Amino acid sequence: MTELDDTDRRILRALVADATQSASALGRRLGLSQPAVWRRIRRLRSEGVIAGQRLDLDRERLGFGVTVFLGVKLATKGRVSLDDFERAVSAIPEVQTVEHILGLFDYRLRVVARDIADFERVLRRRIMTLPGVGDVEANVLLSEERRPGPIG
Amino acid sequence: MLDETDRRILRQYQHDPGMGPAELAERAAVTPATCARRLERMRAAGIIRANRAVIDWRALGYEVEVSLRVALDKTQPRAFDEFTAAAREVPEVVEIQTFLGRVDLRLYVIARDMAHYQHLYRSAILPLPHIADIEALMHVARIKSDEVLPV
Repeated sequence: MTELDDTDRRILRALVADATQSASALGRRLGLSQPAVWRRIRRLRSEGVIAGQRLDLDRERLGFGVTVFLGVKLATKGRVSLDDFERAVSAIPEVQTVEHILGLFDYRLRVVARDIADFERVLRRRIMTLPGVGDVEANVLLSEERRPGPIG
Repeated sequence: MLDETDRRILRQYQHDPGMGPAELAERAAVTPATCARRLERMRAAGIIRANRAVIDWRALGYEVEVSLRVALDKTQPRAFDEFTAAAREVPEVVEIQTFLGRVDLRLYVIARDMAHYQHLYRSAILPLPHIADIEALMHVARIKSDEVLPV
């Protein structure tokens, strides 16, 4: 497990806001030398604290007006392998995330669609036809907010 | 509106946001100048909001991930606002989502271990205002998490 100091936290916060900043630009902002910043970023990456990068796109401007979270319960556990379900569901382009969970459901899916009619098409043609799918609960996303977490 | 070239750049860029400009241009089969111009236009139009680093909380010792599904007491007109404002004050809450459906809100909470989670749940989550019902779902694994949009 990696322990962070205050400088690491400041670097992480800056990179979560914009991962394309150069080490020298970051150093100027944080009052550190370029090599010092570079060394810390390299360590954060090699220790897996920075797992990668994500492009933050405006879904609505790209025509995806609807995001729905689906809780999916498998109907025939044992008969259908989890691997088959996971492979099939991950291959659906409109399914953005697949999480295996414990509790009321087996999986939670994040699904994007152009509008409600498009969502209905994805649900009926792609989700409900998956191997082993049982009960499905849908919640339409109204807003979401990502917080800095315990590095804030 | 976007044309096919913009979409091709976005598709490539989404799949590997760590790519440098030269490599992105090559994979999208456009010149570096065209690629830079298109990206700049999409940033200015607010289509590309940012390219963000993704933190792996496990690498920082947060082994437990819990989704809390919350129903609020809707007889209180300010329930949503007051609940979200208070939830923002809890550092271990990394996502707050609001819904139309059976669930009103979802809090995505991380903790170091089950004992830490238990402590957070009692001392920081249950005291949040206007909770009518709360259900916890434990994360076992993330099968797909790239959040790529099918542009």
